[in-house]
Amino acid sequence: MSAIAVERPRQAAVGALGRGALRAFAFVAGLAILWGLWEGYRWLGMREHWTWPFTVNNVNMPHIHSILQAFDKPLQPGGPPLRHYLFHYALFTGKEALAGFALGAVVGFLLAVVLAHSTLLRRGVVPYIVASQTVPLLAIAPMVVLGLGTKGVTPWISVAVIAAYLTFFPVAINTLRGLHSVDPGALELMRSYAAGRWDLLWRLRVPSSLPFVFSALKISATASVIGAIIGETPASLQGGLGYAIVNFNQYYSIQPANLWATIIVCALLGIFFFLMVVAVERIVLKRAPEYVA
Amino acid sequence: MSAVVIKGVSKSFPAGVTALTDIDLTVEPGEFVSLIGPSGCGKSTLLRIIGDLVKPTAGSVSVSGKPSAQARREHEYGIVFQDAVLYDWRTVAKNISLPLELLGWSRPRRAARVKDMVSLVELSGFENHHPWQLSGGMQQRVSIARALSFSPSLLLMDEPFGALDEMTRERLNAELLRIWDETGSTVIFVTHSIPEAVFLSTRVVVMSPRPGRIATVIRIDQPQPRTAATREEPRFFELVTQVREALAAGGAPLGETQEPALVEEPA
Repeated sequence: MSAIAVERPRQAAVGALGRGALRAFAFVAGLAILWGLWEGYRWLGMREHWTWPFTVNNVNMPHIHSILQAFDKPLQPGGPPLRHYLFHYALFTGKEALAGFALGAVVGFLLAVVLAHSTLLRRGVVPYIVASQTVPLLAIAPMVVLGLGTKGVTPWISVAVIAAYLTFFPVAINTLRGLHSVDPGALELMRSYAAGRWDLLWRLRVPSSLPFVFSALKISATASVIGAIIGETPASLQGGLGYAIVNFNQYYSIQPANLWATIIVCALLGIFFFLMVVAVERIVLKRAPEYVA
Repeated sequence: MSAVVIKGVSKSFPAGVTALTDIDLTVEPGEFVSLIGPSGCGKSTLLRIIGDLVKPTAGSVSVSGKPSAQARREHEYGIVFQDAVLYDWRTVAKNISLPLELLGWSRPRRAARVKDMVSLVELSGFENHHPWQLSGGMQQRVSIARALSFSPSLLLMDEPFGALDEMTRERLNAELLRIWDETGSTVIFVTHSIPEAVFLSTRVVVMSPRPGRIATVIRIDQPQPRTAATREEPRFFELVTQVREALAAGGAPLGETQEPALVEEPA
């Protein structure tokens, strides 16, 4: 019987454990280095009275520990701590981003499937898809919110639409490329079976394109969070992280740590979305390990 | 009724290259016919014309009495390429059942057939492996099982063992003969290995390049079933020499590969 190239289980288990520990160590070390750089720059900047590119002081660069402490401090005397507000803001923005992500992914994917079937359509439509992304989001966000608002659409759904506007683009472009990246031998095989368009699409082109789709979804995952945050601002929608950013911006000179804490939460939300896509990719994409990033 | 009838087939590519000129060949049911020749003699192109994957410029091909286009639509043949062309995202069992899904077979019927095919190519126990977990030889066996899964009367093989090492190739040669014997299908087999062609075939079609044409057809009269001992008989060496000389007479020495491989025109 021919030899097969499967790792011996014991070695694989030890390897996975070792890799896990290494990854955890690298993560902690990365955090420690960032902390050190921040505090080091702060200390040096304040001692040397640097004014370029910005004046280093407690407002522009608060201590990391004061940012972390801000999570625990009440926003108003006697009220709940900041983390309570930020948690609910993150849930609200997360809901918008998730809806926007899903909408953008579905629209981008279907658009790519349609465009993959016609060169003429591709030539005609793709330039407009590219152009759509050069329009400033801040300019169209109020139009979307107002326009959909007159149709009776809830504001948070309008924000999701704005997030989708940002997320459909990478999915459409990458899926289109993926659908065309089919092995010519596999196409010849399908032809030998006289497979129809539909079978060709669902049994060959779409599965072949999945690694490309997931690369795009990773970009879209973080973009959807950004889209939701930016969308809230001109929509004057309260209750999300975008609102919190605008609000804390006004009190920045007094309580800079609140804004920084909000930024951290925004980043965590984006990372959470990204990791969800990676997790789904691991389950769906049963490929040779080198194809799974 | 003949398995394959090729009449006056020629093929020119748009670039002005004449791949094949005036090919006539008839293959009877149950035959094992090898097409052998140096690179650029059009043997792979001829195989693809039989399979209606490439259209001939002139001439006609019939498979099981039908025009080749109809034969393809009606799944008269299975094909095996030099690359196994397995779908990475499908397991061994799922790869084998791909043509059965396209034919609309029910799930239980597919499962039963896959089981038979897996044991035919001796891959029992690997049904749930993915292609990238298999060696090259095992991948090619999956490819053969897939090609035979819907019991086509004709099996087209395009240098299926060309990328494998000599030992694996000889073992798969023997297995292919066993499968051929068990299924009773007709095989057309493209190769550039003389011993492989002689060992496997009932007839060897020697082709020569520029333009691609049939130089001669040599009947291989060694008895069946053939075994490892077949390769050591004096008659085997005589036939190998005969094919080699026919190739040399055809114009191009074996191993001449500087000619670019013919590029497929888009279907």
